[in-house]
Amino acid sequence: MNLEFGLMLGGYGVGAVGALLMPGGRAGRGIAAFGMVWGGAAGLALSLQVLLGGAAFTLEVPTLLSIADGLAFRLDALGAFFLGLVGLLAIPCGVYGFEYVGAYEGRYSLRLLGAMLNMFLLTMSLVPCADNVLTFLLMWEGMSLTSYFLVLTEADEPDTIAAAGWYLAMTHVGLALALAGFLILAANATTTAFGDLRTAAASLTPAMRNTVFLLALAGFGSKAGIVPLHVWLPRAHPAAPSHVSALMSGVMIKLGVYGLLRIGLDLLGGGPAWWGALLIGLGALSAVVGVLYALMENDLKRLLAYSSVENIGLVFIGLGAGFLFLGLDATAAALVAFAAALYHALNHAAFKSLLFLGAGSVLHATRTRDMNRLGGLIRGLPWTAAFFLVGALAIAGLPPLNGFVSEWLLFQSLLPGIESRAPMVAPLMTLAVSVLALTAGLAAAGFVKAFGITFLAIPRSPAAECAHEAPVSMRVGMGILAVACAVFGLAAVAIMPALAAALAGSARLPVPVPGFGSGVSLSMPSGFARMSPTLVALGLILITGAAWLVVRLFASRWPVRVSATWGCGRVVQTPRMEYTSTAFAEPLRRVFAELYRPTQDLSIDFHPESRYFVQSIEYRSEIVPWFERYLYAPLVTRVRRWSIWVRALQSGSAHAYLTYLVIALLGLLTLLIVRPG
Amino acid sequence: MRLLSKILRVGLATEPLAPGGDDVLRLLHEVDARARQLFGRALAIREVDAGSCNGCELEISGLMGPVYDSERFGVYFVASPRHADLLLVTGPVTRNMAVPLVKTYEATPAPKLVVAVGDCARTCGVFKGSYAVAGSVDQIIPVDAFVDGCPPEPTAILRGILAVIGRRR
Amino acid sequence: MGYVLEVAQAALALALAPGLAGLIRWLKARLQNRRGAPVWQPYWELAKLFQKEVVVSSNASWLFRAAPFIVFASTTAVTFLVPILAVPLPFDGLGDLLVVVYLLLLSTFFLSLGGLDPGSPFGGMGASREMTVAALAEPTVALAIFALALAAGSTNLGQIVARTMADPGAFLSPGHLLAFGALFIVTLAETGRLPIDNPATHLELTMIHEAMVLEYSGRYLALIEWAAAVKLFIFFALLGNLFIPWGVSVVLTPTTVAVAVASLLVKLVVLAAVVAVLETRIAKLRLFRVPELLSVSFVLALLAVTSSFLLK
Repeated sequence: MNLEFGLMLGGYGVGAVGALLMPGGRAGRGIAAFGMVWGGAAGLALSLQVLLGGAAFTLEVPTLLSIADGLAFRLDALGAFFLGLVGLLAIPCGVYGFEYVGAYEGRYSLRLLGAMLNMFLLTMSLVPCADNVLTFLLMWEGMSLTSYFLVLTEADEPDTIAAAGWYLAMTHVGLALALAGFLILAANATTTAFGDLRTAAASLTPAMRNTVFLLALAGFGSKAGIVPLHVWLPRAHPAAPSHVSALMSGVMIKLGVYGLLRIGLDLLGGGPAWWGALLIGLGALSAVVGVLYALMENDLKRLLAYSSVENIGLVFIGLGAGFLFLGLDATAAALVAFAAALYHALNHAAFKSLLFLGAGSVLHATRTRDMNRLGGLIRGLPWTAAFFLVGALAIAGLPPLNGFVSEWLLFQSLLPGIESRAPMVAPLMTLAVSVLALTAGLAAAGFVKAFGITFLAIPRSPAAECAHEAPVSMRVGMGILAVACAVFGLAAVAIMPALAAALAGSARLPVPVPGFGSGVSLSMPSGFARMSPTLVALGLILITGAAWLVVRLFASRWPVRVSATWGCGRVVQTPRMEYTSTAFAEPLRRVFAELYRPTQDLSIDFHPESRYFVQSIEYRSEIVPWFERYLYAPLVTRVRRWSIWVRALQSGSAHAYLTYLVIALLGLLTLLIVRPG
Repeated sequence: MRLLSKILRVGLATEPLAPGGDDVLRLLHEVDARARQLFGRALAIREVDAGSCNGCELEISGLMGPVYDSERFGVYFVASPRHADLLLVTGPVTRNMAVPLVKTYEATPAPKLVVAVGDCARTCGVFKGSYAVAGSVDQIIPVDAFVDGCPPEPTAILRGILAVIGRRR
Repeated sequence: MGYVLEVAQAALALALAPGLAGLIRWLKARLQNRRGAPVWQPYWELAKLFQKEVVVSSNASWLFRAAPFIVFASTTAVTFLVPILAVPLPFDGLGDLLVVVYLLLLSTFFLSLGGLDPGSPFGGMGASREMTVAALAEPTVALAIFALALAAGSTNLGQIVARTMADPGAFLSPGHLLAFGALFIVTLAETGRLPIDNPATHLELTMIHEAMVLEYSGRYLALIEWAAAVKLFIFFALLGNLFIPWGVSVVLTPTTVAVAVASLLVKLVVLAAVVAVLETRIAKLRLFRVPELLSVSFVLALLAVTSSFLLK
């Protein structure tokens, strides 16, 4: 048993058990947080050991659950990356959670929260380590169930129970689809260990391979949050406590990517080019839909949730490019595309968690997520505002932070595709590039809105006026992630080869890993594209400093005078006069009105005595996502109708049940007689 | 194309600014030398209508046109008082515009100048004594120069502005 | 030696940018049959603004005061990366065309935040409109970059210029011309020129860029105006030097640099004249018609990529 593995199990175990046993208060919260940080650090250490050392870590416990070959763990480089992601995010979220859940004391059960959170992290850490089907699905289901309970924490809030219900239903649908995929894959194999599945996959017919891939895509895609299987995301992520949302958005949806990579790339060894084309199409759709709905949101956490859908779409574009190049035998380009996709997944984990923790800090201070009731928080919450700004800059893909570097890499990895002569590849790549650019611009607009309306200008409600800064542990948690955002961007030269090494060797990807530049300069292994995030950052800082100095020296010596905001001479300024979140997004709402199809209700109450006087006007406009209206609503109605019909079988009468038993028994006996052996 | 050929046919329509017209200009005090030096080449004007009949506004709008062309002297109009150096105020200051005028003056960064245009601005003109009028401009904000007339000609207004910044053509 | 060139290039850009804005203004004045202010008027305006008092709104935070510096810095940083006088530049490895585009987006981001900070409705309106136009112009820019990169084999700016110089026939290729058209429309959009935005308007409801800077005064305003002029200079330099690179010096000698400066001036004057005539001739589009114009430019860029691909 590897030391780090044991420490990881021990850490999360101590956290879970301690949270359950402790009487509550600071000690209970403290032990849960301590367990998370310890387990996370151990997991991170283990993953670095495997990623940098190269040797996989294995552990087999066949006797533990002896059906279906028992538990088996094997951490190779691909799994190590995702394990590292879990560990990396567990630390700041653990530190953050220590003070954050203090607000829950007396209202919700902290024991359950602490225990479930540690078990959630444990099962998430073990998913990438799984080496046979049973272990994988067991850990996957454990992850889903623990996260279900975590989403259900704030059970008093109106939407939470419905959100948790949606989440549970969709994650189990995904599980069923993934299970079906695994079973087909295991049809020809001797055992269900991944090694055997890999060798057996070579003997599958193309039709079966395609089926497995599609089932894996549907199953893992729903966990990742690909349109149209993403509907649980905007419901569940806002409902959960903020550090849980950070973990779900940062890590859990990436495990959907892991599942797809494991089955599609590792076990099946790649496939025809249309797999990649399908992924690019779905990724582009998710990216555009995600960012467009994020723009229209007034709820801060729902905006972040839709933005996660967008970023997963970008990751899928990278994955699709990888599969596409693999199908066309351009293995070097495929490796670069996959590495760029994983790098974006890493960066998204960093800045999305940071944003969710920031939103949690806002929620902690003001008890509301509605941006139209916030504003002016930069004065009351200066640290949160600064960290949120870093996250917003990163997610908008602005230099020199990590979001920009990963978007640059994604762009550059798509470039070889535009030159390709294979049919339909060039138009697909052009589509991907346009979508990438469009979502970058729209994401920038969305986060100007999110940061600007929430933190700048004047407070729009009394809650926002008396907002106070977050406690120290929450600030430390956010600070760690903000530093990570900066570091991941600057250290891309070192991180990219490590990611490429994680994938090299699987499928037909080339083993000598290409270099991505050296020193401060990041470059593409194939083309001549080069850039240096470090030097750009340095340049920006130097020029800002020089400008400030020159202005200081040569500009006038008048002291800065503070005066009222210029409003064309109006007498007084109220918060009603500033731009709201809905107003900010209105031009884009009009531009994309065909997609949004907003409903409008206008009701005017006239004075009973005269129709020339208006008593009140009520205007209501709503955007219901069209796939929910046309896809899910009919589906849910139909399922309800069927279940009511099926309920007729459960009549409650013992006679009927005995009849069913007899029929079943007779049927089995007939089967045995007719088909012996 | 017809537009371009018309432009070429008309040529330069700007009239040179003739000297003179000192009778309508009343400089209240010698403008600070520093302000004069600062605004000699570039002067941003924010026009404030403090309740006028718009007669002066029509004349002022002529300043931006081709015939009177204030821009050739570096004098240009801006939208926000934060960008402005000189406030060009017209009209007897009505009660409703008194506070906005003061707010506009406060919003303008120093060094700033005020030129009040028209008879109404100095003496309330025909509206003197009305219940809606709060007072003349210099009773609300400090004024540097008056340009008399009802309404004054654009050339007079232009000469007034140039006199205030010490740039007499 | 190359680093001296870089600094000289950036200094030239900073020095010439207000003159470029002044040239367009002067040309428009002449087209309006007015004498107009001299071409160097913006220099006097900037000098005056630096000496004025700064008035800050009571609602504004540190972001309002920091934004002009960040906007100025990111725009100036781009002048180090764009081929203005010579290729190859020693800073070529620092950033390619994508870095340039995203640095400009960084300046737009902070300008919008600076517009939102004082809590004025005009600032919010300007910020919202500016981000809409910027977001819708992004796909066009990306595709135009890819059309150029397809021909040159890299998004590296020096590479693109060298490729076009090596193959004069490529100048007239449909991909090239279509990409020029698309980028020209994007230039008008990003620099706030008619028909997307009127830089000389006083009506707040018609403003996009101006609305965001209504609260700024003194040296902050000077920095922002200067940055806007530098952005205009950068776009013109890109249009000129990427598509018609002759004149750009390849070997650094005093004659080639002089030729480079002269050809740059010629290109700037020609583009300024085109923009001035366009602004005189065309009326401003309603805000909700701007996306239609931007989608026209997107289609042009798409056709540019397609034809570059087909004719390769």
